[in-house]
Order: sequence, then structure tokens, then C-alpha cells
Amino acid sequence: MNEQNILIVRCGEVALKGMNKPYFERMLVDRIRRNLKAFSGVDVKRHEGLIFIRAEKNLDIDSIIKETAKVFGVASISKAIEAESDLDTIGTAAVGYMNELIESRGVKTFKVEAKRADKNFPIKSPEIGRIIGAKVLIGCKVLKVDVHQPDVLLHVDVRHDRCYIYEGKVNGFGGLPLGTNGKGMVLLSGGIDSPVAAWMMAKRGMLIEAVHFHSYPYTSPRAQQKVEELAQILSTYCGRFKMHVINLLPIQEQIVANCPEDETTILVRRFMMRIAEKIAEKKECMMLITGENLGQVASQTAESLVVTDASVSKPVMRPLIAMDKVDIMDKAKEIGTYEKSIEPYEDCCTVFLPKHPTTKPRLERILESESKLDCIGLIEAAVESAEVIDIDVE
Amino acid sequence: MFVYLDNSSTTKPYEQVVEIMTKVLREDFGNPSSLHTLGIDSEKYVKAARKSLAKAMGISSDDFYFTSCGTESDNAAIFGACNGSKHKGKKIITTKVEHPAVLEPIRRLEMAGFEVTYLDVDRKCHLNMEQLKSAISKDTALISVMAINNETGTIMPINEIAETKERFNKEHGCQVIFHTDAVQALGKIPLKMNGVDIASVSGHKIHGPKGIGGLYIKKGLSIPAYMIGGGQEHNMRSGTENTAGIAGFGIAADICAEGFETRTAAMKKAKQRLLTGLKSEMKDIYINSPEDDTASPSVLNVSFIGTRGEVLLHTLEQEGIFVSTGSACSSNKKGQSHVLTAMGLSPKEIEGTIRFSFSEFNTEEEMDYTVEKVKETVNKFRRLGSFR
Repeated sequence: MNEQNILIVRCGEVALKGMNKPYFERMLVDRIRRNLKAFSGVDVKRHEGLIFIRAEKNLDIDSIIKETAKVFGVASISKAIEAESDLDTIGTAAVGYMNELIESRGVKTFKVEAKRADKNFPIKSPEIGRIIGAKVLIGCKVLKVDVHQPDVLLHVDVRHDRCYIYEGKVNGFGGLPLGTNGKGMVLLSGGIDSPVAAWMMAKRGMLIEAVHFHSYPYTSPRAQQKVEELAQILSTYCGRFKMHVINLLPIQEQIVANCPEDETTILVRRFMMRIAEKIAEKKECMMLITGENLGQVASQTAESLVVTDASVSKPVMRPLIAMDKVDIMDKAKEIGTYEKSIEPYEDCCTVFLPKHPTTKPRLERILESESKLDCIGLIEAAVESAEVIDIDVE
Repeated sequence: MFVYLDNSSTTKPYEQVVEIMTKVLREDFGNPSSLHTLGIDSEKYVKAARKSLAKAMGISSDDFYFTSCGTESDNAAIFGACNGSKHKGKKIITTKVEHPAVLEPIRRLEMAGFEVTYLDVDRKCHLNMEQLKSAISKDTALISVMAINNETGTIMPINEIAETKERFNKEHGCQVIFHTDAVQALGKIPLKMNGVDIASVSGHKIHGPKGIGGLYIKKGLSIPAYMIGGGQEHNMRSGTENTAGIAGFGIAADICAEGFETRTAAMKKAKQRLLTGLKSEMKDIYINSPEDDTASPSVLNVSFIGTRGEVLLHTLEQEGIFVSTGSACSSNKKGQSHVLTAMGLSPKEIEGTIRFSFSEFNTEEEMDYTVEKVKETVNKFRRLGSFR
């Protein structure tokens, strides 16, 4: 009887945003529409604090759920059926719904949980539950009620002139809709950490743009291809974005030729930050984002972070700073970047890696080393040389 | 300047190859098994190509079968030779420097219970015939030794191995099979199939197309087919023939055989020019390829001590020069060449290794340019140093 599949999307935190609520919801609807643009015959609408997705029956509803769950701001999604808001119609629909579940999953017990968003509806929620429960018991002979551990918790959600019946839900990631919290420039390597860092900031509503450094011919062109593929995975969450690709080799050569060996890594990192900041300025990014993680490697000790941080004036977001590596890895697996990240190509951080990098750099010393270089010129040349790549879902 | 020096990886197809393939794909696209004229027309290409390959290898065209690639040929040969009969022995002799298309099937047989002898090589990738002679026994099902090593260009003594095997079989009344992977040898050295039981060849190493290979199987040798189905290729290799690929392979074999002397002489000349240039212009290099008559004209393998092959490769490609390395990625130990390791090179030497591989199209001018660019690149690398 239904020509369409209906999905109910709950917005979680978005609902808490007071006066901004309509704005956040509009942003969320917009983001869901973008994620579903590959499917024609999908309608996304906001209604009474929920978002409804109506999809033609012939569309692959599981893929639509999967794509919707990737939209930041989505708390959960349920597949529902719809009925006129009168008890007989609701009862018939509920029986049909349960019969399908008996067939497909061998359901034996159930419980009805009713809710009345329409307070003008003449019957109160507990009473609705009892009435529909009774109708289901009569209509589906094999079923029994179990109020403690039912196989199916059947939700009956009565709204103005429409009622929605559903069970179960698929969780989204929560967070806030993209574009509700400015734009950040992420320093994206090919590793495990930086894609997760970008993802976490985007989850809080921040649009991202990326800068990637390589050292061709010291690094392989395949390493850059890998980063592009990583960025593509990110873009399934973060939308389209631009990636600025920069060859760091000219700077690395200058550092190796002029500065102490043990400072190589920290000096290179300070250059990366400053180049990223320059591009961030041009592209109106308010912050930098890195995958730095306290103590993970020599360049991420507290001392090193202080020295790196001192190279720029824009705030640097380090969402992974206090996470353990295993947790970062789990997150990377969850969002689907892990397998790509562990492909074995060298990135520019491992080129010219000193035997004993300094773990406790002192800013004065580092500044002294930098005074031997034409920092401004090198940074400008690097920014000029950037190749800009459009990252989009394939 | 564009200098292609990666001909052991693959070669540029001859113009005539592209032409005939286009014609087959556009016009003569029939299935050789079809009874109508389209089928018969396309079958003619297959017959002609079989003759061309037979001529190039000095064999009878009845004994040549088309496959999809060199790897398939190697797999078919090895599994066929070892699974033919329950009464056969369970021992295999091969070398440590074979192509993975040979080593991997043998490893699988080893896991299934075969006893495998991996023959050693010396610093120039030469076998020790005495080691082979003492390894051979009545239980030996298969000897598999490549004709030319793909990384160093070392010519393996396949005629000597064939003679040894023949003599052994005669004296002991047994049936040891000798397979040679001749993928790198066809068109590079004169091939003699006397005493060779099975040989693998491939189209794209002789300026033919990719996706086509071949197998010589000596008349009377019965091995089970690797691909079974519709019974094509006299039941030895089922599957609708890749007629365009076969036609292209045939033309490439014709061209190779026709001007064999001039073509190999051109390779040799280019290789010699590069070798002389590198040796006179550069310090701290090590020539891994042989420099006597066991050297193929097609390959020159050099270690540039204190450098990293992949970095040299990427720098040279910026200058239009295309080569390959002895190790895929220095941070990944698995990437290091098993051939150079077996030859006793240290990881440091392997790390700085480049393989130049030649075709008849390489000129002396290109080689002078290459020497100049290699010298620049290596010197720059060494000057800059790498902490690692």
C-alpha cells in the first residue's frame, strides 16, 4: 500500500539550540539532501522537530540509511510506516507491520510504546499503547506481550493527521551540521591520525580544507595518490573540499644544508604550520587542524608542541591530543580511513628523518637556526607553488 | 628528451602490432570456433601467429599454445608438470632468482608436500651447475630455471641444464621435466629448445600486446591442462582465443625474428654506451649484471652506493628517463629484491639499485643524456645526504 519508504531522522543535539534551532535544522536538511543527491526520487523535509525522508520503493533503502547516517548532526534513523491518525487505521497498519517482522525475523514477543506529539488527539499515550497492543494480539496470533525484554519494541508516534509506526534505529554520529561552525585548514598527511582529526572537527560542524605536503622525488607519486583517496573517503562526511598540495623538498634541502641535524623535524614542522596558516588566511579558514597527539613521536612531545605552536598565530586545533593510539586507530577503522592510511608509502615526515631527533627543543635555538634561512621567501615560494585539487566523492 | 629504459617491465608495441590488432577488433572479430566465415577468417590469424611464434622459438607450431600471459604459462607449466601423475617424484629444483610467477606456484607445491631445492647464485647471478647436478635425482619431477634473469640480465645455462637432464633421464630411465621461463629471453638471445620440455613466453616483452602469452610443450609430453572448458588450443588451454592479442603477438614475433641480429646489436650498442659512460664518469658504483658473454643485451643493473633507488627513479622521470629499481620502497623491507639478496648484495647496496633495460629503439644519444642525468642525480643525492 506504501509507494514510498519513510525514514525518520532524529537530530540529537541540534534540538537543543534554542533560537538557532530552525537554522541548524535547515542546514541539516541541506546536508542530508547533498548526501542523497545520487538517489533520484528522494524527498527530505523538516516537520515538527523531525526530519522525514521519503524514498521511492525501488531505491535501495539500506544505502540511503547508510548515507544519511554519515551526515553530522544526525542522531539516529528509523525506518517507519505511515498511517492516518485514527485508531482503527493505526491498528491495521501495526498488524501488517508486525506480520512482516514475524515472517522476516521470527519475532515472538512485543511491546507497544506510544507517543502523542499531537496533544489534541483524544486519547492519552498509555491508552493508545494498550489499544494498539490489543489489536496486534488479535491480528497476530503467534505474538505475546513481553514488557521487559520484547523482541520488538513497537513505536507508535501519533502526530497531526499522521501516525508513524517503527521499531529499531540506526545510530548516526551525532555532532552538528557541517557549515555551522566556520572553516578550518587541516594538515593532512597519509597517516592514521590527521584524517581522524579532520573528521572530528567536521563532526562539530566545521567545514574543512586541506593542505598536504610531499617531498617528490623523495616520496612516491603513489603516496600522493593515496592521500587523495583518503581525502575522498573524508569527503563522504565532510562534503567537497579543496586540497592544497605542496612540495616541501626545496625547504627540506635548505634545512639539511644549513641547520643542525637533530632539529630537522621540528624545523620542517614549523614551516608546514606557517605555510598552512598562509593558505588558511587566503581561504578564510579560522583555524588550523592537526592530528598531533601528545608524546606519540619526538615532534609531538610537550616541548616540541610548544615550539611548533609558536610558529603561527591562528589557533591550532588538535582534537586527538589526549587520545591513545589504539583509540585513534579504532576511530579510523570506524570511519573507514584506516585501511587506506596503513598502505606503505613514505610521507615527507619520514624523509630526512634524523637519527636522534631532539625531543626537548628550545625556541631560542630553533629561532637561531631559522635565522640562517630565508624563511619568508621559502614560505612564499611554497604557497605560490601549491597545486589545488578538488576532492569530491567519486 | 624521452628515454624509455624499462623494457624488461614492458615494451612499446610495434606500430604494425597496433594496426593488426585494430583490424582484428574492428573487422575480423569472429570467434575462431564459429562455423561461419567470420569464424574461419579469425582462425587464420591464430594459425598464422602460431607459425610465427614457432619460427621465432625454433619449434614446431603444433607444440605451441597461446595463454593469457607469462604468469599463466608459468603456472600451467609448473602445476601441470608436478600434478601429471601420482607415480612421479615429489621433488622440484629451481633457483632463488626466479620470477614470482615461478616461485609462488612452487611454494604452493612445497606446502602441499613437495621437496624443493632452491639453487644459489653468485654475485653475478650465475648458477653453479655442480649444485644442480648433485640435486637432480630419480624423484625429481621438475627442474624450472629461467632463460634470462629479469633483474640482472644474466643468461642462464639452459642448454647445459637440458643436456644434463636428458643424460640423467637416459641413464636412469626416468622422466624429469625441464621448464624454462623464457619471457625475458625471446627476441634477446637465440633460443634453442633442444632438451627443453616446456617454455613460457609473453607478448608484451617483445613489443607485442599485454594479455597474451604462450607455452611451448614438447611433443609427446603429457601434462594436464590448466584451464579447462571449451577445448580450445587442442584442449591445452580452454577459453575463447584472444584473437587480437594473438595476432599482435604473431606480428611482434615475426619482426623480432626477421631482424634478430640488427635488433639485438642495437640493444647491445646502447647498453655498452651506457655502461662505459657510467663507469668512466662515476665513482662508487657496482655493476650487478655480468660483463661477459653471459650478459643479455637487454639489461644493465647498477648499484649507486649511498643512494636510494626510488628517489633516483623519481628524479630521473622528471628528466624524461624511465627506469626501475631493485627495491620498491626502502621503508618496506619486503620490497627488497629477492634476486639481489640471493646474489649476496647488502641491503645498502640493494637500496641504491637501478635497472636499465633496453630495446632496439634506444640510441647512443639517449644513453649519453642518461649518463649525464644519472650523474647529476646521484651527485645531488650524495651531496645532500640522507640521514638514513
